Amino acid sequence: MKHVKGRAAVLLASVASVALIATAASAQTLKIAVPTFLTGGSAPAFGIPAKNGVELILKGINEGTLPAPYNSVGLAGRKAEPLFYDEMGGGTKQVTELRNKAQKEKVDMIVGYISSGTCAAVARVAEEVKLLTIMTVCGTPRVFEELVKEPKYVFRTVAHGTGNNTGAAHYAAKMLKDELKDGYIGLNQNYAWGQDSWRDFNLAMGEIAPDVKPAKKQQFPKLFSGQYGSEISALLRAKQKVVHSSFWGGDLEAFLAQGTARGLFKRKTFIFTVGETVAYRLGKKFPSGQLVGTRGPYGIYAVGIDTPLNNWFQKNYREIYKEPPSQPSYQYAQGVLAAKYAYDKAMKDNGGKFPTTDQVIAALRGATFTSIAGTVEMALSHGHQAITEDRWGLTAYDEEKGELVVKDVLVLGAKCVNPPDGVESVPWLKGGMKGAKCG
Amino acid sequence: MDSQLLVIILIDGLVYASYLFMVSVGLTVICGVQKILNVTHGALYAFGAYLTATLLIVYFEAGWPQFGAFFVMLVSAIFLGIVLGVIIERGLLKHLYHEDEHIVVLATFAAFLVLEDVLLLIWGTDAYIAAEPLMLLGQTDIAELPFDNYSLSMVLLSAVVCVILWYGLRRTTFGKMLLAVIYDRELSQAMGINVTKVFLLTFIVGSFLGALGGAYQAPAISVQPGIGVEVIVLAFAVVVIGGMGSIPGALIGSLVVGIARAAAVHMEPVLELFVIYMIMAFVLIVRPQGLFAPAKPRKI
Repeated sequence: MKHVKGRAAVLLASVASVALIATAASAQTLKIAVPTFLTGGSAPAFGIPAKNGVELILKGINEGTLPAPYNSVGLAGRKAEPLFYDEMGGGTKQVTELRNKAQKEKVDMIVGYISSGTCAAVARVAEEVKLLTIMTVCGTPRVFEELVKEPKYVFRTVAHGTGNNTGAAHYAAKMLKDELKDGYIGLNQNYAWGQDSWRDFNLAMGEIAPDVKPAKKQQFPKLFSGQYGSEISALLRAKQKVVHSSFWGGDLEAFLAQGTARGLFKRKTFIFTVGETVAYRLGKKFPSGQLVGTRGPYGIYAVGIDTPLNNWFQKNYREIYKEPPSQPSYQYAQGVLAAKYAYDKAMKDNGGKFPTTDQVIAALRGATFTSIAGTVEMALSHGHQAITEDRWGLTAYDEEKGELVVKDVLVLGAKCVNPPDGVESVPWLKGGMKGAKCG
Repeated sequence: MDSQLLVIILIDGLVYASYLFMVSVGLTVICGVQKILNVTHGALYAFGAYLTATLLIVYFEAGWPQFGAFFVMLVSAIFLGIVLGVIIERGLLKHLYHEDEHIVVLATFAAFLVLEDVLLLIWGTDAYIAAEPLMLLGQTDIAELPFDNYSLSMVLLSAVVCVILWYGLRRTTFGKMLLAVIYDRELSQAMGINVTKVFLLTFIVGSFLGALGGAYQAPAISVQPGIGVEVIVLAFAVVVIGGMGSIPGALIGSLVVGIARAAAVHMEPVLELFVIYMIMAFVLIVRPQGLFAPAKPRKI
């Protein structure tokens, strides 16, 4: 009996030791919740490339194989584990998910969010539950201009949509003078993103090229409509040759197929503000001579930017995923890099000890950090909203490389296309874009 | 309004109406015979689109004769109509015919969700693009605007489906049996009609039509997760406007919605989103049973 008791004691002690070791090990791992579209119409063009971007950059961080300045292992020395989950289901579901991640799963931070609707829904809740949340793709300026005016826990490491549409207006006014002789027209999905995009572009055009007028009627088809025969006819009938469109995902791919079959892109020049997200997928099927945007130096615009970090990202992404990295891959990876920058800096400021969340937040607030293909300045909204340069160019298929490229690229400085700190987007556009520094 | 615009609205309206008819006619056939609001119809459309897009990608990569692509679409739809039709009808619906219709709707909704996940398991989250057939038929200029012949061919396909259904219902023995079942299920059974067989065949035909809608649309869209959800909402709107279970209703409902939507896009684009549901609401107010609801026997 004594013998049995002794064995049990040894067994218990072993189990306890294993549990202690496991607890200690898990305490050394940072848990990063990563919401992204894993299903639904946004998954192929946004969600999956975004997930790939996080996987790749975290692999580099955990193995310590990233080039300088990120060539140390982990975030403040601790390896990070991504917990991917689906962004599908709308704002209410995502609010619940965020609460679960903060309160039940006790994650250290959230890095992600694609939809502007999701960002708008979760921003206040992230502040309420005190969870460091780095938004990576969503573009609505409302996050910090209306919803969370005094942020502490919420950051966004990409520029918001206003800068992108302002950049598009600059490019059109400078490079498409002939095409703009008869004005311009809009084709945007009928919801917040489409309407805001058109509003920003139209306001920016009003300031940059006041003589060029928009069409009287703009097209606002239903989101996920999929059938654009009537809209294509209306655009073909319109005298305007330049069309602004914030179409994305499956809607954009369907529109491109249907428009190509009717020769639309031979008669019109489109400004596709999020067009790059499908450009690689379509390859030769993407019409040439159209403007595509990435809201920064990402994806197709990052090809050829010769920095060690960008070369590492391009090479490894193409090797692992057998396709070039697109805008969401870069933007999600950039969110993770922001976290690494902040943790490493906070640890340094903390005398080499692992930092608290407040110290990490202080390190990221107002920071300027090196990203994969450019510099990110957390310049707006009390240092919580990023600005970056913006790039615009025309699509062309490179037969030698076997992939879509951009030509006639115009690089617009971050302070040229974004409002100064403390000024909201729409008043800035309406007020003549005061304070813009265009070189 | 100038005559050019009128012609363009008519053509755009017809093309959109043919799309609506193709996605709603299968739903209305099943609804008419089996009195089931079949939510799995959206999944059948999606399966049709996925299978066709996958096969077309392989087909065009192999360099086989281009016009054979249309045969691929037809074969995909027939295959899915039979396989999924039998699985859903025999595996699920036959156990629920005596249940309350609300339970049956919920069961088909559950099956729809399962089928959506099966789609993800088979095809993953990636989108499939197989636009070659869209370019294959070239363009035709109408009222000085180029229209792609593929979209115009959908009007022809809808007309062919409409004629076959009309002939099948009015001129064949099976069609007459079907009409008898639509009129009174119990009396038909008493007269010796094998209602179980009629139900199965009807469901297979309805499933085939749903899959055919997806198969023919595949080259014109990006085939990706979620396409079935969008379609089922539109199909319901058309069926409600035309009358539950009425094929002429589906045809007229599609035409009314298609032409009204095209007119809105050309004349007042902000109404585009509103017009379909405005028509539906109007029909529900003035004729709740729909424009062409089949007559119902008075039972004592």
